Amino acid sequence: MGEEVGGAAGGGAAGEGGNDLDFEGWTCPAPLRNTPTVVMGHGGGGAMSAELVESLFLPAYGGAARAELGDAAVLPPVAGRLAFSTDSYVVKPMFFPGGSIGDLAVNGTVNDLAMAGAQPLYLSTAYILAEGTAISDIGRVATAVGKAAEQAGVQLVTGDTKVVDHGSGDGIYVNTAGVGVIPDGVVIGPERARPGDVVLVSGAIGLHGVAVMSCREGLEFSTPVESDSAPLHGLVADMLATGVDVHVLRDPTRGGLSASLNEIARGSGVGVDLVERDLPIPEEVRDACGLLGLDPLQVANEGKLVAMVPADGADAVLEAMRAHPFGAGACRIGTVVEDHPRMVVARTGLGGTRVIDLPIGEQLPRIC
Amino acid sequence: MKYLDEFSNPDLARRLLDQIHAVTTRPWAMMEVCGGQTHSIIRHGIDQLLPEGVEMIHGPGCPVCVTPLETIDRALAIARRPDVIFCSFGDMLRVPGSHDDLFTVKSEGGDVRVVYSPLDALQVARDNPDKQVVFFGIGFETTAPANAMTVHQARQQGIPNFSLLVSHVLVPPAIAAIMESPTCRVQAFLAAGHVCSVMGTSEYPPLAEKYGVPIVVTGFEPLDILEGIRKTVVQLEEGRHELENAYPRAVPAEGNPAAVAMLRDVFEVTDRTWRGIGMIPGSGWRLSSRYADFDAELRFEVTDIQTDESPLCRSGEVLQGLIKPHECSAFGKECTPRNPLGATMVSSEGACAAYYAYRRLDLVSAGGA
Repeated sequence: MGEEVGGAAGGGAAGEGGNDLDFEGWTCPAPLRNTPTVVMGHGGGGAMSAELVESLFLPAYGGAARAELGDAAVLPPVAGRLAFSTDSYVVKPMFFPGGSIGDLAVNGTVNDLAMAGAQPLYLSTAYILAEGTAISDIGRVATAVGKAAEQAGVQLVTGDTKVVDHGSGDGIYVNTAGVGVIPDGVVIGPERARPGDVVLVSGAIGLHGVAVMSCREGLEFSTPVESDSAPLHGLVADMLATGVDVHVLRDPTRGGLSASLNEIARGSGVGVDLVERDLPIPEEVRDACGLLGLDPLQVANEGKLVAMVPADGADAVLEAMRAHPFGAGACRIGTVVEDHPRMVVARTGLGGTRVIDLPIGEQLPRIC
Repeated sequence: MKYLDEFSNPDLARRLLDQIHAVTTRPWAMMEVCGGQTHSIIRHGIDQLLPEGVEMIHGPGCPVCVTPLETIDRALAIARRPDVIFCSFGDMLRVPGSHDDLFTVKSEGGDVRVVYSPLDALQVARDNPDKQVVFFGIGFETTAPANAMTVHQARQQGIPNFSLLVSHVLVPPAIAAIMESPTCRVQAFLAAGHVCSVMGTSEYPPLAEKYGVPIVVTGFEPLDILEGIRKTVVQLEEGRHELENAYPRAVPAEGNPAAVAMLRDVFEVTDRTWRGIGMIPGSGWRLSSRYADFDAELRFEVTDIQTDESPLCRSGEVLQGLIKPHECSAFGKECTPRNPLGATMVSSEGACAAYYAYRRLDLVSAGGA
């Protein structure tokens, strides 16, 4: 019986194709018998909840989990200032080329901590599961969470699971909160951009958003683009190790590069000048955006950062970035200026200028 | 798409700009008809690079912008019905009706879905036989063939729960209406390339002749637009007024005969109100009597529509090229893409939205916004 459930779970992963999540780390959820899908009882706090934690989440998390199951994680003291961040993940579809909601949930929060210059240490994971979601899907997501945490070197120290009625939620929602420690002397913040700073980006932009859109219902299109989901604190550590006083770091997720740059321009009361032809927009991203009427600068990234650094340290930081696997495509895209404060302006390929605006809300594909 | 990059090559653009500067001896005002062209011109800053006095007047060719308020209100009323799945292209969702928009209807529980093709809506109808599925069929001659094909298939395949809310508009009657306007300043037109790729170019020589204006069929990439402008300026300088095709790689003179045949079967010409402009005779398409069963307007009788346009919004004058977007007192103040008073601020092809998105730098430096 248990084997059947496990078999169904494995079959689900193989049968759906294209999502090569590693299932080896996830042992068969034997006690989850007779429930190939989530039922309300899994969130009830009783035996079924315990089964889910002990037979699914903990094995799936592998070495990244701290297995004490108290009400609160008790953590050792750390030396330095703490960074603390939380984010919720509701991406649809849950599995997409290059990743899943599971690794996003880890990398997203890890990156939020890294953008403060912090070394991420601990994460909480909380799930809101819709009744009827396949247990095998939860297994795949949890496995991805475990793998990503292991890759990022963070520990999963506490968690929670709730189940909502069919129709109240949608598949799996994940919230993670994370704590990291900031090395002494590191002060990074959106208010520290100064005129003269050089704007760097760690590589090709728009990959995650295009990968997710390519498999969204009703919009399936074939593209070699995969999500760039990755933890960036190692890259940040290498940048800081140059000794250059990095002023601002930001990971351009929702709203893309244009949202991040606008937030920095507003936060620091400066202008940002970009050179459009220097923007690292892969051809596939440009094509997909052209087709859908979207601006690549407004498309989400999940494994890129934008940095503002003093001009005299820019080359050293750029070199350090390019030496790191997640910064191999790093380049200079513009400068911070005194002119047009709180506004981001791009010089177009033809020599004109255009304002790069904060996106309003959801991107709406154009009619024609 | 290498072939697209080639059409934004900066060196070639510079060469075309030099040629435009060389032939221009005095000010000219020309209108690009299509919102896609407006978007491209503003996005690439093409208008900033033209000779002093060569002015681009932004035309009414944004289908989202000119869809009449009454039709939007009708769409909202239909989308609110519990038995309806309302399908639309994405950028119609934020267009303000008299009181709210499709996003509001969706948030209140209406089943409003963004689709990327009308054929997707037909699939929704197949999948939901107990629901009425309505597709919001708006646009110029470019989007019409796909809508026509969809209705044609719905009839052929016997899908009775599908219908089309039609508000198609046509370019040539709009050009005539603009030229007939007593306040008209337009001396030449860049015609919309993709409209012509469907309909061909035969409708335009009579307009060029009657109104004495050059009409140049123009594409959408920066080099296409510059070549269209160059051909237009050359005609103006030489005192000619002819139809020319600056977009031959997409536009054969006869257009797409199969699409035109389908259009003639499914649609018939009707008078159409353009939002902000008013009624233009013979400027729209509605479903022909053969397809009346699929007309959402007839299927869902929505009678008590009281339209209520914002008194501040001057989008009509913008659409007619009488004022530039920032000359409206509400621009960037009461009216922003986040809180649009008129449709021209909503669609990325709307002139107001294009100015807001790309041009605030100049406007701020000039103290304009």
